[in-house]
Amino acid sequence: MSEPMKRLVVAGYGMVAQRFLEAFAERAEPGWSVTVLAEEDRPAYDRVRLSAWFDDYDASSLHLGGAPDGVAVRLNEAVTGVDRDRRVVRSASGETPYDALVLATGSRAFVPPIAGADLPGVFVYRTLDDLAALREWATADGRRVGAVLGGGLLGLEAANALRMLGVSTHVVEFAPRLMPLQVDEGGGAVLRRHIEALGVTVHTGRACAGLEGDDEGVTRMLFNDGGSLDVDVVVVAAGIRPRDELAEPAGLARGPRGGFAVDATCATADPAVWAIGECAALAVDDGDGICYGLVAPGYAMAEVVADRLTGGDATMARPDTSTKLKLLGVDVASFGAPFTEGLDVVVTDQVTGVYAKLLLTDDAQTLLGGILVGDASAYPTLRASLGGPLPAPPLALLAPAGEGGAKAELPGSAQVCSCHAVTKDHITEAIAGGCTDVPGLKSCTKAGTGCGSCVPLLKQLLAAGGVVQSKALCEHFTYSRQELFDIIRVRGIRSFTELVSEYGTGRGCDICKPAIASILATVNNGYILDGEEAALQDTNDHFLANIQRDGTYSVVPRIPGGEITPEKLIVIGEVARDFGLYTKITGGQRIDLFGARVEQLPQIWQRLVGAGFESGHAYGKALRTVKSCVGSTWCRYGVQDSVGLAIELELRYRGLRAPHKIKSAVSGCARECAEARSKDFGIIATEKGWNLYLAGNGGFRPRHADLFLTDVSTEELIRTIDRFLMYYIRTADRLQRTATWLEAMDGGLDHLREVIVDDALGLCEELDAQMARHVGTYADEWRATLEDPQRLARFVSFVNAPGTPDPDITFEVERGQKIPARGPVPVTLGGVS
Amino acid sequence: MTVATLTGTWTAICAYDRLQAERGVAALVDGVQIALFRTYDGELFAIGNRDPIAGAQVMSRGIVGTRGDAPTVASPLHKQVYDLRTGECLDVPGVAVPTYPVRISGDTVEVVVGTP
Repeated sequence: MSEPMKRLVVAGYGMVAQRFLEAFAERAEPGWSVTVLAEEDRPAYDRVRLSAWFDDYDASSLHLGGAPDGVAVRLNEAVTGVDRDRRVVRSASGETPYDALVLATGSRAFVPPIAGADLPGVFVYRTLDDLAALREWATADGRRVGAVLGGGLLGLEAANALRMLGVSTHVVEFAPRLMPLQVDEGGGAVLRRHIEALGVTVHTGRACAGLEGDDEGVTRMLFNDGGSLDVDVVVVAAGIRPRDELAEPAGLARGPRGGFAVDATCATADPAVWAIGECAALAVDDGDGICYGLVAPGYAMAEVVADRLTGGDATMARPDTSTKLKLLGVDVASFGAPFTEGLDVVVTDQVTGVYAKLLLTDDAQTLLGGILVGDASAYPTLRASLGGPLPAPPLALLAPAGEGGAKAELPGSAQVCSCHAVTKDHITEAIAGGCTDVPGLKSCTKAGTGCGSCVPLLKQLLAAGGVVQSKALCEHFTYSRQELFDIIRVRGIRSFTELVSEYGTGRGCDICKPAIASILATVNNGYILDGEEAALQDTNDHFLANIQRDGTYSVVPRIPGGEITPEKLIVIGEVARDFGLYTKITGGQRIDLFGARVEQLPQIWQRLVGAGFESGHAYGKALRTVKSCVGSTWCRYGVQDSVGLAIELELRYRGLRAPHKIKSAVSGCARECAEARSKDFGIIATEKGWNLYLAGNGGFRPRHADLFLTDVSTEELIRTIDRFLMYYIRTADRLQRTATWLEAMDGGLDHLREVIVDDALGLCEELDAQMARHVGTYADEWRATLEDPQRLARFVSFVNAPGTPDPDITFEVERGQKIPARGPVPVTLGGVS
Repeated sequence: MTVATLTGTWTAICAYDRLQAERGVAALVDGVQIALFRTYDGELFAIGNRDPIAGAQVMSRGIVGTRGDAPTVASPLHKQVYDLRTGECLDVPGVAVPTYPVRISGDTVEVVVGTP
């Protein structure tokens, strides 16, 4: 006879519940039925990265993968009561019995009792619904000023959100410094300078005395010092409180500051009821019960309960509250006990905005804690050294990497990923076992799948493990494309021969030659097929057309923005008819004409150029098309002239040679009919200007472009795109689209913003000049070819029989158009085979 | 491949100057399509113009280069690399293109296509 099923009920479905379900599913024997009751209407999502929603408003990218197979998930159904005697939980649909109950109800945002906190336009910052409501309010007409109440971690996240929503942002903190729980006075001052540099106004040492407003919304924030601030939106980020309202009616004890009281096994006084995550007041080592508002201790509790429920005897150690974050692009880390008594080492660099403090025992032998602001690269080493001696002198450890910074060796037991408790030993084992990249390590060890802050360290460990991706372009050059670009630019190299004789070996190949041709085209801005450069080009660039499977070519005239007159449309039709070309509309709002033989290309283009067409560069690693919707000119929804902008952009960047093709689109309103977010650079019109999205991709690994600028003018938009494209062209690998380029970039979007907006590398002037040169020297390649008999000489079928077409090219007809013959291609192998 | 195994005569194709360094041209000799290349050091090579993998007459439009010591051309369709001296495909074992004797006579490039 089989045993009856045991029933496990989980109350709450946030990150910690998700982690618990996964850990339980990995260990559990058959015989359990698992039910999750969730208050929110969506499964667990990544609340640590909540603010990332403002990048793309795509909640799916925060999704944590859903519950394991077999788990019954009931969304929108919060647990409202627990009857411990009968072992049932109550919810909207009735009662659910349990043998084991895991409380994972999390926290709620704390709203201090101030007048006006319930006015419209006052928000908290906790769930995706909160963010959506905030966005709707803050982007409505006339919202100009926003204030965040609370200058802690969450407050700074919320400040960034307000900033991205385009309102002038203030942060109000009662304590004398920002992030008072994590950093000290010196760190707070450096942090403040970073935040203020982003245009955020910081008020420290000020308390909010109340909010004023009416049914239309909040209008003013009053301070206890008598001052006030006119506001249109307020975000309250004054901390969190555990969701423990089930405790009292169920007769469960609470911790001194709330939360379900649990011991080091995460059990309540009732052995069938457990609590994990932010709702648990965890007591270890005879201490008071404390609620931990960080994901890593929550994950550890999830593991402990999963282990206990499946026969293990795991217990919680005192959680490590060390954190490393990036807030508004600024690194902030705090570890150990940075506020206790001891000897300190403090480094403040006002020039680069870096602050570091280490706290050691009085004998200077043991690291107690520390604070890092502005540069947290030493964090992994320092955190792993807590409670022990430092692996190098303090100042050496704090020196920036690559500038005499000590290459301190991490101990094997050092926790690399604190979200999933993965040590360096785990990582090195995985590397020895064959993991060769970060995605591999993520799936194999789970490291880097929590907050993601350890990913740079994973890269370092991969490199230290001997896993090196060679940067060499091919057997002829040991340099990467970026290095070759710099060599060509700085040394003024003008030919492949010059480059390969000084910096390479042999005579090149189909990999390096087109790549170098592209660099030479960017740096020198000339016609791409003169002199030696002709020998570098792939057949497509060589014949300025796209080769097809049967050796014929296709022709794509440029139709900027997809706008075309009937007269020009007729010309294309006539050309296609007269040369017998197969005709198809492309995805980029152009027309592709197939089946042209090499010797026909000049005749075809003579007609097209005569009618005012120019090359569409469909054959080149270059800008292809800037697609557009019809925009405000005709569309009743359009808010800007998307066609006009698309044409302006397409004409500006036409002919620009790049590591790979570049696509773009402009949508005239938020309905996004031009699919701009699947493009390398996409623009979406707003009431106030344009939003710019960067590094999207269609293709076999689609990627939505990241929001980069909001509500900007056409001038600022174009300046930013200029720099984005030029920086991409300079630094990307061969055949690397902007999406993979950005993903591989250290620092990602933040780094890109530093380079092309803040000009942190001092490159912008050069990038601007390079684009200006491109725009100024652009000439249509097909017109230039037709005007020069020497350039036309290559367009012959046979050097000794220029009038004879390739006898092997044959066609058949399908749906009224010619297509390559499908039968075996007539083969003429000649004398030998 | 040597001249001895072929019967046939030298056929004039074009002036040597017509050939650009590291680029190919196609020629039609008695109904046979060949691809003629001039490498960087001035040497000449003639191979079949047909890409044996894709089946199209395109080899003359490939990128010329080197792999180790071997002068090479890459198919413009799918980039397999062939040794210009032997016709052997260096990426796919067992695949090859025919090769033909080639010489310069005066200013003129000549090949032998011949029959076995």
